Amino acid sequence: MTRVHDMGGRFGDGPVVPEAEDAPVFDQDWHARALAVTLACGALGQWNIDVSRHARERLTPKDYTRFSYYEKWIAALADLLVEKRVLTQEDLQGQGAEELHALAERALKAEAVAGVLAKGGPADREGGPAPVFTPGQAVRARVPADNALVSGGHTRLPHYTAGARGYILRLHGTHVLPDSNAHGLGEAPEPLYAVRFFARELWAHPEHPDDEVVLDLWQSYLEPL
Amino acid sequence: MIDGIMKHDWTEPAAAAQHEAMPHDDPNHPHALLPPDPALRVKALETILTQKGLIDPAALDEIIDTYQNRIGPQNGARVVAKAWSDPEFKAALLADADPVLADLGYYGRQGEHMVVVENTPAQHNMVVCTLCSCYPWPLLGIPPGWYKSDAYRARAVREPRKVLADFGVSLPEDTAVRVWDSTAEVRYLVLPMQPEGTEGLSEEDLAALVTRDSMIGTGLAKAPGEAPA
Repeated sequence: MTRVHDMGGRFGDGPVVPEAEDAPVFDQDWHARALAVTLACGALGQWNIDVSRHARERLTPKDYTRFSYYEKWIAALADLLVEKRVLTQEDLQGQGAEELHALAERALKAEAVAGVLAKGGPADREGGPAPVFTPGQAVRARVPADNALVSGGHTRLPHYTAGARGYILRLHGTHVLPDSNAHGLGEAPEPLYAVRFFARELWAHPEHPDDEVVLDLWQSYLEPL
Repeated sequence: MIDGIMKHDWTEPAAAAQHEAMPHDDPNHPHALLPPDPALRVKALETILTQKGLIDPAALDEIIDTYQNRIGPQNGARVVAKAWSDPEFKAALLADADPVLADLGYYGRQGEHMVVVENTPAQHNMVVCTLCSCYPWPLLGIPPGWYKSDAYRARAVREPRKVLADFGVSLPEDTAVRVWDSTAEVRYLVLPMQPEGTEGLSEEDLAALVTRDSMIGTGLAKAPGEAPA
């Protein structure tokens, strides 16, 4: 099932409008607050990055299209806070209790910010299945380009690659599988590869015969050719 | 389909009944309970979370200060300038970027797994995230608006040369374009070609020629004396 966020190759979006190199990082103050609130809530530990990406993708196509970038972030965050029972619907309506929350002790403190941002959240893992593909090998991207575990679930396999022939460029290591991790099904780490596709294998009217697109794809997204 | 996975808490009968009674345009999503104006919506959520002790406004200020003032394309520009100046550094950076960047202190959120790709006369590299907005934060900071735009996400993979034209960039016909769609947690930085006649410049002077766009691949490094983009 294609969702609105999976827009690679789509027609009709018009020109890209560059910005000055020295344009403000945050166009509006609330953009900065939206980013900061989202990162701070992530530190509560109630979800992972795949769950939060999926929350944005689950906005209705209508909302996804009409919301600006940080509106998507904040809407998805509100949805997630209720879904994970951190907040209630009454809270969002301003009718909730004002007492300290049970998770308050986990709240990100100013003095911890630098450490948390510097530490990051690596996605590589020990173990998992052994790599079955080697650099140079021809592969095909899975058809359909859907989550194989959960109907309509999160996946990082873009629709535009479905069924296309590509070539393994490099092995990145073994990484957490978003299709599983976004749904509480565990990290299910798998070998992750950079796979190169000729533009002419992806598009009916490529701009140039030698152009390529490279995607990072998990082992279960690929079939041998 | 795994039972229960796609069932949202707010579709429980009591919650659904409550929603039906409310005049919101999208009854299935709690965000509609917040004020519709974006600035007010963020403020409302921040206030609710602060009252419950779930977020610390001082921590928010710290996060914003980090990405507004401390982490940005100046980091990536230093790496590029060093690579132009030091062949051994460049070779190590292209072979395995993570330890090299960690040594310089450029590690962290959204830059845990870095790959640096080199532009050459034969190949121009360009980075996009068609599915969301993945971007190497420790080296480039928060992505510019155009990088997150529908137009860039939709078009960069299908017609990169036309997108480059939107940036005023035209490549020779014998230069192949390789577009990197950041679909996993690996983040890509483009090492632009060093402008001619800049050999021997200090790393500081070289860094001043490296634009953010040149490290995404939608621009080229500036020639000395060229006006800022």
